[in-house]
Amino acid sequence: MTEKKLTKGNIALAEGAIQAGCRFYFGYPITPQNDIPEYLARNLPKNGGTFIPAESEIASINMVMGASASGKRAMTSSSGPGISLMQEGISYLAGSEMPAVIVNIMRCGPGLGGIAPTQGDYNQAVHGGGHGDYRNIVLAPGSVQEMFDLTIRAFELADKYRNPTMIIADAMIGQFQEPCRLTPEKPVEFPEKPWALTGRKGRSPRLLKSLYLGDYEQEEHNLFLKKKYDEIQENEVMVEMQNLDDAELIIVAFGTPARVAKTAISLARAEGLKVGLIRPITLFPFPVKQVFEHSARVKNILVVEMNTGQMVRDVRIAAHKDAAIHFYGRPGGGFPFPDDVLGEIKKALAGGAR
Amino acid sequence: MYYDVIMAGFGGQGIQTISQIVALAAIRKGLNVTYLPSYGVEKRGGRTNVTLVIADEEIGSMVTNHPKCVIAMDAIAVDKYQSQVAPRGLLITNASLVPESMLERKDIEPLPLRCNDEALALGSAQLSNMIALGAFLQRSGILGIGDVESVMDDVTPERLKKTIPANLAAIRRGIEIAANGRGR
Amino acid sequence: MNAIFKRPDNLTDAATHFCPGCTHGIAHRLIAEAMDELGIADRTIGIPGVGCCVFLYRYFPIDALEAPHGRAPACATGMKRAQPDRIIFAYQGDGDMAAIGTSEIIHAANRGENITVFFINNSVYGMTGGQMAPTTLLGQQTTTSPFGRDFKSEGYPIKMAEMLATLEGVAYSTRVSLHSPKHVNQAKKAIRKAFEMQINEMGFSVVEMLSTCNTNWRVSPLEALTMIEREMIPYFPLGVFKERTGKDFL
Repeated sequence: MTEKKLTKGNIALAEGAIQAGCRFYFGYPITPQNDIPEYLARNLPKNGGTFIPAESEIASINMVMGASASGKRAMTSSSGPGISLMQEGISYLAGSEMPAVIVNIMRCGPGLGGIAPTQGDYNQAVHGGGHGDYRNIVLAPGSVQEMFDLTIRAFELADKYRNPTMIIADAMIGQFQEPCRLTPEKPVEFPEKPWALTGRKGRSPRLLKSLYLGDYEQEEHNLFLKKKYDEIQENEVMVEMQNLDDAELIIVAFGTPARVAKTAISLARAEGLKVGLIRPITLFPFPVKQVFEHSARVKNILVVEMNTGQMVRDVRIAAHKDAAIHFYGRPGGGFPFPDDVLGEIKKALAGGAR
Repeated sequence: MYYDVIMAGFGGQGIQTISQIVALAAIRKGLNVTYLPSYGVEKRGGRTNVTLVIADEEIGSMVTNHPKCVIAMDAIAVDKYQSQVAPRGLLITNASLVPESMLERKDIEPLPLRCNDEALALGSAQLSNMIALGAFLQRSGILGIGDVESVMDDVTPERLKKTIPANLAAIRRGIEIAANGRGR
Repeated sequence: MNAIFKRPDNLTDAATHFCPGCTHGIAHRLIAEAMDELGIADRTIGIPGVGCCVFLYRYFPIDALEAPHGRAPACATGMKRAQPDRIIFAYQGDGDMAAIGTSEIIHAANRGENITVFFINNSVYGMTGGQMAPTTLLGQQTTTSPFGRDFKSEGYPIKMAEMLATLEGVAYSTRVSLHSPKHVNQAKKAIRKAFEMQINEMGFSVVEMLSTCNTNWRVSPLEALTMIEREMIPYFPLGVFKERTGKDFL
């Protein structure tokens, strides 16, 4: 086994992309994700890849579309405002069934916001962003190792389902460093792409499009997409669960707040408070079954996020109807420290299971 | 074992260097480590700080507002982080730049070291960070000089390799000062 | 028996959705003929913009990618970089290229992307019902310039071929017209030359074609053709604005 190297989250992600076989990156600078293009500008050409500093995020996502339509693995990365500009392209990618990996190292918003860490783009990634009836596959790394591993997985899932896959991480996950294994855990999967536009030679012409003007064509297409999303929901949930067996309270959190929650849970358990954790790793598909099953028994949930409660709705939908749901959030750059979360744990337990 | 430390100062004081040394030495020892540097605007302001968590268990939070130790290499760092040190925690300050009158808390252990002066005595003001690192090793007890020695080659860029013996001498000096309880 | 006139191999027999009198169909035919002559259709991928050109894939039996409005040059960039040995062309209208897509066209041209762009300038938004475009002539009435385009409010018609010719990355920039047999022949040569530029890896090539939109101009097809001669060409002069003859890159 190779030695783990102290690695910054953004760098692990960029290296993960290269090792996933991504050879095309297009992007526009924005803090706090600049380590990604800077790393790839240097390292993609060494691996036979192409890096283009695009004129805008709009151009970036459309260049990704062109490379992806060619059957190649392509990626772009940005943060809040830049991701907003990409939404048109992401919608087209979903509608035309093209894979792509889009990385959002989240900064504060709305507007220009700040560069402090946040999870304010949860709804944009998980519930929409662009126009039309579509879903992104959304992965939420919680460690530097996951920045590497989930980037590889993002490419595999995007190709498998011919669907845009977003990786969303707060700036903390992008900027901090941990020991990381920078080789794939298992051989990277490369699904066939019998749809790629490579020129018609020896076959009939292919078309990638999202325009459906005929009667009911669009509806048929959207129902087809819905079936695909259901399949993703059924097969691709990734979730980490800790300390649930005896839990009297479940924390649901992703990314940095999940890390903080782990420390808070240790502090709580040292005081005899029985708290467990459900950490969604896939935000779409959301771990609906896991949240339901455990909340049916525990019935007391604390959602911790670095926003004003965007995931709470998904937890509410998934949770048992009798579960009480508490929320603690620090939006816009404020940070939930372990003892803050411990305080919220105590409040939630004192409130009891309704 | 669970240990968290914030190291802070201004750019050029070698905060990143000593925190890299500690992080790598801890990894080599088989410990888990998280390393969180300042970034973006804060970095551009010339400030630098690093939050390090070192543990033999899984590390949850990579941020802390009650670190067991703060290494404050200038007065601004003391101003910002003194209040955060956990009760009975350790506050290592660079007394060459921080007046002792700033050390107000009675419930923590202050360790003022004249890092710049000690470094100059060893031949270069650039060694001040290593003085602080030595004191940190001695007081925290999480790593020994041997752990640090074995990673110096890896953390030192090629053009600075010749400075390794001087750095190690400065770390030893820091250990010595802290062991003698100087600066209390 | 020798056929002296036939449908090009690379034009399908689908009835077009274009209005009677529209010269989009001529542009399509010329592109198909050029693909026939150059023998490139097997390795050519077309990228239509949004607007009347969007159904390009019905008429060319080649691989095609439907780009978002204005973004075809960016899509073409990604595609050409991914497959440098394929021939990639974008086909854009004036709303697509000269309004919403100015950023993408200028930067693709400026990078010298080795792609070909066909630009249909008919001075209005056709598909959406004849609204004012950046190329709408001064005084021209459209549904959104009902009193005629006024430079004080809407500025002047934008000259894309001239503007793009100023960029170092451009190998070939020309403006042709589709309103008479003579001009159609010239347009054919330009289209062929633009493809050849790409085949020879000379850099970015663009052919602006003055085209009719008799429906939205509210005139007969015949009158529309004379309007190109009478009103468009005086403002949008025909000619080659840039032509690289060797690989004389900076």
